[in-house]
Order: sequence, then C-alpha cells, then structure tokens
Amino acid sequence: MIRGHRPIRPGRASASGSVDFVMDLPSDLSLVEAVVSYLAGRCRDFGFDGVRLDLNFRVSVTEALVNAVLYGNRSDREKTVRVEMRLAPGHLRVTVIDQGPGFDPARVPDPTLPENLGAPGGRGLFLIRHLMDRTEFLDRGNIVRMTLVHSGPESGSA
Amino acid sequence: MSFHASKANGVVLVDVDGQLIVGNRQDLKQKVLDELEAGERRFVIDFVNTGYIDSSGLGVLVSLSKKIREQGGALRLSNLNEDLRTLFELTKLDTLFEISDTRDEALSSF
Repeated sequence: MIRGHRPIRPGRASASGSVDFVMDLPSDLSLVEAVVSYLAGRCRDFGFDGVRLDLNFRVSVTEALVNAVLYGNRSDREKTVRVEMRLAPGHLRVTVIDQGPGFDPARVPDPTLPENLGAPGGRGLFLIRHLMDRTEFLDRGNIVRMTLVHSGPESGSA
Repeated sequence: MSFHASKANGVVLVDVDGQLIVGNRQDLKQKVLDELEAGERRFVIDFVNTGYIDSSGLGVLVSLSKKIREQGGALRLSNLNEDLRTLFELTKLDTLFEISDTRDEALSSF
C-alpha cells in the first residue's frame, strides 16, 4: 500500500471466528481518513453498523491515529504507527501503537471542566474514553487499546 | 469534503460537506476568518451534510466562535444530527454554542 511500509495484512481468520488486520503506516495525517474508512468498512462486513460504527468507532479511531502521529511520533515520517484490529464475535478491538516517548494519560486535563471548555484542543482522549466501551493505555502510554462491543451501552453513557 | 459559503441578509452561511476533521479544519477556519476580515459579523455553520466531527473539528469551532465574538459578531450552528449532538453534549460544548435545529431558525436568530 505504501512504499517502505508493511502493507495491510487483511482478513486472517482464526479458529475462534475472529479476523485480524494489521497495518503499518507512516506518520502522515493525510492518511487518517482513508484508514478509518477502510477499517470501518471491514467492521461493517462483520455486522457493525449504526451509531456505534459511524460515531463511536470512527471518531475514536480517528482520535487515536491523530494522537499517534502528532503527539506520539511528532509527525516524523521515519516513524510508523501500527494499527491492529481484531473483529471477533460480539466485539472489536483496535490497538494503535506509536514510536514516541509515551505519556501519562492520568495527567490529561478534563476538557469539560468550566476552565477548559473554551480551549481549542484537549478533547481527543476524552472522546475515546467515552465513546469506546473499554480503553487501555499500555507500555509507556504509547499504546492505546480500544474495545467496542457489538451492542452495548448507548454512546455517551459508557 | 468541502465547505461552501454563501451570503444572505447579512449572514454568512457555511455548509460543511463530509467530515470536519484534522485534515480539513484549517480550510474551514480560513474561509470564516477571511469573511470576518472582510467585515462580516454574523455566521451560521450548517451540518446537514456532515458525517462526523473529530476533536480537531470541535476545536476549530471553539476557536472561531471566540474570534467572531472578539470582533463583536455571533456564530450559530445548525442541523446537528443525533450523532453530532451526542458529541457536543459529551464534551459539554452544547453549553458554549447557540445551536438551532434548522438553518432557517439559525438564520433568523440574529
């Protein structure tokens, strides 16, 4: 798909009925929308649809990829972002791994506090945490793993 | 994805077609700031044809709202679908913006 980077390894089915996708991407924001659309298409093939696909999935994965490129790899084209997606019966899991120094998610301010409401940035992690059913930050904070169940709490109440 | 601006009765109406995300937010910002610099003060951004908005898109709306207010103007948003309303409610930005159900309602609200 992209010279110098590992192409998509699509649709490897396992004995458990899950399907795995792996992508290695350069740190380029212009790719984010196409990648999210591609992954959303595979989710749709697996039965995800409606608000959980069009809002929860798309926005969360967009935020995770943008964070990985901008704040993780600092747009260094020599660094890559790995995206792993597992579509399993009943849920999906997306893992985004950057090659940056990591961060402490506990130190990210709450953008809904009155003093932060007028800030132009700082809502990405908040959206991921509220739109996905489970969000984990692993290693040094450079890995975010997001889980969305097939039919769970309505968006916004997670 | 693109932005179309039109003017009627002293109001600049901007349509957001497609996504408002990190890749195109600067285009929207520049279009509105150009109109602001040209002397326009009343703005409606309409989302009837919008898919989704990411945090960068939300951020540019916050930034534009502030810049327009600083120039004595006003910004209204209209036609947020259920998904987009959820985003605004989650982030509490529904308390920061004046949001109208329809573009006609927004255009006549100044």
